[in-house]
Amino acid sequence: MSEHLIIYPIIVHLLTAILLLFFWMNPKIQRAISIVGSAVGIVIGGLLFQRVWADGIQSIQMGNWDAPFGISMVADTLAVSLIVLTNIVAFAISIYSTQNMVSSRVKFGYYAIFHFLIMGLSGAFITGDLFSLYVWFEVIIISSFVLLTIGGRAIQIEGAVKYFTLNMLSSIIFLTGIAMVYGATGSLNMAELSRIIPEIENKGLVHTISLIFFIGFGVKSGVFPLYFWLPASYHTPPAAVSALFAGLLTKVGIYAMIRVFTLIFPLGEINQMILMIVAGFTIFFGGIGALVQKDIQRVFSYLIICHIGFMVGGLSLFTEVAIVGAVMYMFHDIIVKATLFMISGVMYRIFGHTKLDKMGGLMDNYPRLSFLFVIPMLALVGVPPLSGFWPKVSLFTASYTQGEIFMLIMFIFASLITLVIIAKVWNSTFSKKKIDVEKRPRFKYFEDFSFAEKTAYVLPIILLVGFTLYYSFFAEHFQMIAERIGEELMNTEHYYNAVFGIKEVSKL
Amino acid sequence: MEILLAIMTGILYAAGIYMMLRRSLVKLIIGIVILGNGVNLLIFLMGGLAKGRPPLIPEDGTALEGIFADPVPQALILTAIVISFGLQSFAIVLIKRAYKVLKTDDIDAMNKTDDIT
Repeated sequence: MSEHLIIYPIIVHLLTAILLLFFWMNPKIQRAISIVGSAVGIVIGGLLFQRVWADGIQSIQMGNWDAPFGISMVADTLAVSLIVLTNIVAFAISIYSTQNMVSSRVKFGYYAIFHFLIMGLSGAFITGDLFSLYVWFEVIIISSFVLLTIGGRAIQIEGAVKYFTLNMLSSIIFLTGIAMVYGATGSLNMAELSRIIPEIENKGLVHTISLIFFIGFGVKSGVFPLYFWLPASYHTPPAAVSALFAGLLTKVGIYAMIRVFTLIFPLGEINQMILMIVAGFTIFFGGIGALVQKDIQRVFSYLIICHIGFMVGGLSLFTEVAIVGAVMYMFHDIIVKATLFMISGVMYRIFGHTKLDKMGGLMDNYPRLSFLFVIPMLALVGVPPLSGFWPKVSLFTASYTQGEIFMLIMFIFASLITLVIIAKVWNSTFSKKKIDVEKRPRFKYFEDFSFAEKTAYVLPIILLVGFTLYYSFFAEHFQMIAERIGEELMNTEHYYNAVFGIKEVSKL
Repeated sequence: MEILLAIMTGILYAAGIYMMLRRSLVKLIIGIVILGNGVNLLIFLMGGLAKGRPPLIPEDGTALEGIFADPVPQALILTAIVISFGLQSFAIVLIKRAYKVLKTDDIDAMNKTDDIT
């Protein structure tokens, strides 16, 4: 039984989702089940992490079909770390949703779809088969379509049309890449592909295929010329859904990119350059976009794009140090972006809208909340010793020692522009005098909430901020994890050996 | 046969992308459907065509011999078809809903989510 631990993170959320379907019309029970399910998810993720940390990369062959014939599930350190983080964010959002999602939306199956989404994410992280990755991606996007449209307000539908079209297109491009890989190699097992691809004579073909994959994943992660769906849709659903999307959905694209470009198509010089330029422009346009926006959720949406550039940039440098930086940045970004969108949800409840120029006075009226909110914001900028600072050390070092001055400039630019944006947000929400806006009738403001309702809004933020602080002050733990991930990613034989059950000689 | 299918795939991709670039919502969905079919055909083609050679192990043998039709792409296509069917039905409901609440099927008129206000 215990060798099946690898697939438990998927099964937990599948079972939770199925269980939730039985309580379709009962929001109270659904909320409780969802929180418990996510908590169990954290425990199982932790157990799996412990196993992988102690015994190295784990793998399991579905249906006992030996690799490369069956579908392999592979849990390496990168995958399990992301599963743990996913479950932590899911747990926080489960709690947050109890108040943020009204009962009528819950009755449309919000929680069940939510857990299907988390299941899809866990599957995408674990799978060791390209086509299976495509299927998990589809699970993710189908769930996200439903989450995005639940409630059916006009703006949501409009955002969904854009989101749907581009994500669908990216899936088709991804599938095209898979078809070409299969045509060229006759295999879809990632570990086997890592051995076959370098032996292909026709380098031009390999190159083309790798770029098709890059476009497919690029749309999903929101890199420079392909990101326009993201700021058009992320601010439309309720804050709980936005937080989930912001924390996890773009990161799964980045994960796939890291996996494919380290294991299957190790970056060559040209691809490195393409990724670097794309990363630079992503940072630039994301930053500039965020600067001009006047809606807090849209500012944060553009900041997601801006910071995707860090991870793609780290990948493009393609050394162990840079990958360590990229992975560490990903860990930090997942938590902080989810927190920021939760905060925007609280602000929406406080002010009744999300327009920056009509906000103000948060510091005077809610000093404790302001203190809580400022931590993730400063972490985002990368003020030492908060969490955003540590990955940048690796990223800056890598880009400087490799002489990639363009990347270094873009990283510094991103840090500065984030500072400017956060200062702007800070000015207009916290320190500015309160602006009296006409109160919306039939709208429940934060000040009218009971203690339990307030707790449901603030507790998950405290949880995630707590995690950010842990990251900040014990960054060496994350550095250790990320270094191990870097080592595993740059030396693909670990992955290969784990999938094909070859015992590794210990390096003593 | 391969040449014919390759040309067909190209036509489907081109037609799909052309339709997606039109301004009408309905044409957008038709474009996605056509593109989906194009990619299915591509997978089928990439598996290699072997006419009249089913992948069956002869009664007295233990392994497949000679040239045989690859069953994997067909399994992949089947999965992809099912997935795209689900997505397309969602898409059709979505555009119906979009037409109802936004009162337009012109994609150029859908710019409320991109307003800077």
